[in-house]
Amino acid sequence: MNEQLVVLFTYFVLAIFIGFEVISKVPTILHTPLMSGSNAIHGIILIGALLIAAHAQTPVEIVLGFVAVVLATINVVGGFVVTDRMLEMFKGRQSGEKGGKKQ
Amino acid sequence: MTIATALVYLLAAVLFILGLLYLSSPKGARRGNWVAAMGMVLAVGWTVVILHNSFTPAGIAISAAGVVVGSLIGTLAARTVKMTAMPQMVAIFNGVGGGAASLVALSELLNLAGSHLEFQSSVPSVFALIIGGISFAGSGIAFAKLQELMTGTPLTFPGQHIVNGLLALVILALAGVLLGVTGSVVVLIVLLALALVLGVAFVLPIGGADMPVVISLLNACTGLAVAASGFALDNFALIVAGALVGASGTLLSKLMSDAMGRSLTNVLFGAFGQVQIGTSESNRADNRTARAGSADDIGMLLAYARYVIIVPGYGLAVAQAQHVLRELVDLLEKRGVEVEYAIHPVAGRMPGHMNVLLAEAHVPYEQLKEMDEINDEFKRADVALVVGANDVVNPAARNSPGSDIYGMPILNADQARNVVFLKRSMRPGFAGIDNDLFYDSRTIMLFGDARESLTKLVAAVKAA
Repeated sequence: MNEQLVVLFTYFVLAIFIGFEVISKVPTILHTPLMSGSNAIHGIILIGALLIAAHAQTPVEIVLGFVAVVLATINVVGGFVVTDRMLEMFKGRQSGEKGGKKQ
Repeated sequence: MTIATALVYLLAAVLFILGLLYLSSPKGARRGNWVAAMGMVLAVGWTVVILHNSFTPAGIAISAAGVVVGSLIGTLAARTVKMTAMPQMVAIFNGVGGGAASLVALSELLNLAGSHLEFQSSVPSVFALIIGGISFAGSGIAFAKLQELMTGTPLTFPGQHIVNGLLALVILALAGVLLGVTGSVVVLIVLLALALVLGVAFVLPIGGADMPVVISLLNACTGLAVAASGFALDNFALIVAGALVGASGTLLSKLMSDAMGRSLTNVLFGAFGQVQIGTSESNRADNRTARAGSADDIGMLLAYARYVIIVPGYGLAVAQAQHVLRELVDLLEKRGVEVEYAIHPVAGRMPGHMNVLLAEAHVPYEQLKEMDEINDEFKRADVALVVGANDVVNPAARNSPGSDIYGMPILNADQARNVVFLKRSMRPGFAGIDNDLFYDSRTIMLFGDARESLTKLVAAVKAA
């Protein structure tokens, strides 16, 4: 193996640790939005899909490339939009328009 | 990779990390989502820029068309989905990501096929092909279970784990053949097909109530498949983003199963939630009867209570009854009744799902109490009003060591002076377990659709 691969592997391992660390203290109510948000992030496979679609020439490559780009884009766009919709529900709740709870 | 590309991808990676960080605190969550989305736009946009000279004519057409079609479908689906159907939507979005990863790997491998496969790009591609395929098919089944296109109860048969284990071994062996012996296209296709079968077989024995944990785990799988693609394509952005999701998804699955008081292994391999009416535990008497009450009686009970705790569950959500519930609560508060909502960590179909649904009905956040906060308050509650929930107040979790849900933390609704269940029927809940509390002498059942029942209660309270 070469040096380049070792470097990439280093990034991979470090990113794993960061992934564990950043969400270790998430409250239960945010589990669903967080899952949905991280779900959108792996839509970055769109880059991979574009890399193979860009060079497509044969019919098989064209079909595979097109379907991959469509699926990956659905993942990205749908993922972020749906997460935003969930989180939108939480906005302004601090104001608590009724106010005046006991105590 | 040029220096500019490296720096742009690094910036994107930083934005993803910050996004996840913000997403884990209630204040910054929405901003976190946007920050991550910015990272995505940056990474993808830059990739298009560096690719722009190397597009084939067909390549540019399918890329542009693909992005347009995908954006339309994604936006439309995400905008129109009902809040109650959110969990299965997430499953679908995860599945298509896994499918994309699998197709990218397939395309890479087809390019290499025939020739001797070079390990450095073929090993990660084969991994991405398999894991992406499992995630795609598994998410499809998770969707079907949550959407109730198929039964939510676990589908099991004797020796299932052995069959699944063998299937996994065959897949590993074929992967070995593909990498070491022949790069044949036939082997490649068979491998993908088997990965899809394994995805289905893996999720079938898991009950509908456990789907969120499964989706989170499949989410992590897709992340790892994406990271593997990154190795195959020598792409830093894919590796880092994939690894982040792989790690956080795994941890999140564990946090979710912890919230249900069970281990991840138990969730995945325990075939939990088969209907077990008639088990020997506790004093099972099948002739026990539950007391059904009228809306007028219950309305009276509520109107003259001092303190009412509402336990909302998924039945509230499917009936779209959160707005009527809010109306009832407003009415009670006007009469001076103290009302609070007790939110079980897994109320709804996903952790946090119920908070989203009630927030949609503009229920003030301060009235939503988490389990630990409110469990000691049930003792002083005059009425625990359980709307479309069941398993989260089932005392069997506390008292019957034989029960499947034994050990799951529950809301102490059984300690309230009166318990009212609004329920469609006596059918056991999503986890398929009967509930002793139905038969308690302090319990009144009001059967019917949650929205209709609540509307009747509103009228009854007004009249009281």
